[in-house]
Amino acid sequence: MNARYFVRKLSTLSVTLFVTASFNFLLFHVLPGSPVQLLARSGHFDAAARAQLVKLFGLNRSLVAQYFIYLKNLLHGNLGYSYVYRKPVSTVLGSAIGNTVLLVGTATVITVFVGVWLGVVAASRANTLVDTSITVGSLGVWSMPDFFTGMILIFVCGVWTHVLPISGIETPGLVTGLWGHLGDVGRHLVLPAVTLMLVNAAEFSLITRNSLVDVLVEDYMLTARAKGLSRRVIIWRHALRNALLPIVTATALYVGMVLGGAIQVETVFSWPGMGLLIYNSVEQRDYPVLEGCFLLFAIAVIATNFISDLLYQVLDPRVRRT
Amino acid sequence: MSNIVNVGGASASDERPTVTRRPGVWREVWRDDMGRTGLITLGAVLFIILVGPIIFPFQSQSFGTSSASILQAPTASHWMGTTELGQDVLRQFLVGGRISLYVGVMATLIAIVLGAGLGLVSGYYAGWRDTVLMRVTDFFLVLPTLPLIIVLAALFGQSILITSLVIGLTSWPQTARIIRSQVLSLRERPLVLRVRSLGASDLRIMGKHILPNVAPLIFANLVLVLSGSILAQAALAFLGLGDPVQVSWGTMLHNAFNSGAMSEGAWWYVLTPGVGIVVMVLAFSLVGHSLDRVLNPLRRGGR
Repeated sequence: MNARYFVRKLSTLSVTLFVTASFNFLLFHVLPGSPVQLLARSGHFDAAARAQLVKLFGLNRSLVAQYFIYLKNLLHGNLGYSYVYRKPVSTVLGSAIGNTVLLVGTATVITVFVGVWLGVVAASRANTLVDTSITVGSLGVWSMPDFFTGMILIFVCGVWTHVLPISGIETPGLVTGLWGHLGDVGRHLVLPAVTLMLVNAAEFSLITRNSLVDVLVEDYMLTARAKGLSRRVIIWRHALRNALLPIVTATALYVGMVLGGAIQVETVFSWPGMGLLIYNSVEQRDYPVLEGCFLLFAIAVIATNFISDLLYQVLDPRVRRT
Repeated sequence: MSNIVNVGGASASDERPTVTRRPGVWREVWRDDMGRTGLITLGAVLFIILVGPIIFPFQSQSFGTSSASILQAPTASHWMGTTELGQDVLRQFLVGGRISLYVGVMATLIAIVLGAGLGLVSGYYAGWRDTVLMRVTDFFLVLPTLPLIIVLAALFGQSILITSLVIGLTSWPQTARIIRSQVLSLRERPLVLRVRSLGASDLRIMGKHILPNVAPLIFANLVLVLSGSILAQAALAFLGLGDPVQVSWGTMLHNAFNSGAMSEGAWWYVLTPGVGIVVMVLAFSLVGHSLDRVLNPLRRGGR
């Protein structure tokens, strides 16, 4: 990999992170009606508590000074205190991150396999009934809000048939032993993960199909066929690799989408991750937690973008040379 | 593509191609199976939303008077059952569709004006203006949209006007990118050089010669942004950030979910607004994809 390219991307990354932090500061600390401003003005505090708040956020100092205090706190991992949990925001987030990673990670793995596979099937039978069904079906699923998909699955698998648990991450006090526990979590994971997978797999299948259809008409596809390669080898080894670029680009946007989906899905299934945390903090106006979640989500998306840019380099020799 | 070739010709006829091209686009969308299905569905949805509340005599405000009237399954007097407050689901559905559509359309208009405007300016002037605008665009493109919308709605309020603003102000970056790349190639056409050498101002060139040529692209993009906006509004309302007075389909689902309609098995309360959202979004998506296919044979914008 080109070192200069890497350094340039790395500097873009740090600038973007810096701007994101500043944007966050603007939203939550500066704008009129922002939580910190409201907090300082509300009449619920006695003089001592107010003095402490003023000291914590540096409210008696200039905006620039407040900004530096904010950045310093951020770099120290100090995201403030949750109004509701009465714990540091970092502690609250820490207990939720793992659950969201488990849910989003599982959903992503299934999404990629199902989505790319459907896209390949549709593209290799382009303009047939199979292709049309997959494309229209994908569009249909894509048009469903994640939370609504979840509600339907709750009806089907939880209310009408009772085949799968529909709420939470485990059955408290019911199972014992490590394997019993893992199995229980696994069963709770099925419905949220499938819900989150459906809409995104639809998107992936549409992108893969379109990208692959474009590649399949290229001259080197004809060459591959003339060499006597089987259909399977041509599509999976030769065409798909060249069709990967738009898919990698989509992956960067995917992370933003899947996190938006996670908020809805975790709310519907009461999955104790960051999405549910966002829902609860909105409902209870627990702004420090909301701020922390948003910052973490933004960082996750920015980091994925960075990685997908680097992947682009590895996958596409044309970009590598420039 | 043909319009661009035509436009490169005599400057006197440069407006005509885009004007005469319009009906051709719709004819092609109509010929496309996906496009026709979308247009018919869309017509049906719009008819139901706009005319339905006038035809149906049910009172949306009337609450149930007995416990038996709460979460009632569909009957002859309540075709789609009742809500947790004994209100008629069908009537609420018909009125709620207007709110969902209203927010979607308002948000989309804001996003398109912003996105197309920035894309136009960025692509036309190129240079430092382009660099600055695209950096800003990329920044907003990277921010996770739904979390950002949730944060803004939580901070600034939940009326349908603010919801429209919030969704509109976060949905423009992709439009800006697509329009910019198209304008970048248009500004190099001989026509633009010719008009400029005749002394036309930048504003006139952009408004009279470039905008008409990107208009179809803007329109195709508009339909897709509309789908996204309706989905975003639904998610926002479902998460409890909808206008509590103006009940949209998303708000109905929020109420259903939080009033125990799920465990009561009140499928009519959940499916009615949910299917409404899906069908409306699907109709717009079908039309959008079909338009995209007709207008943009290369299909791929961006990089």
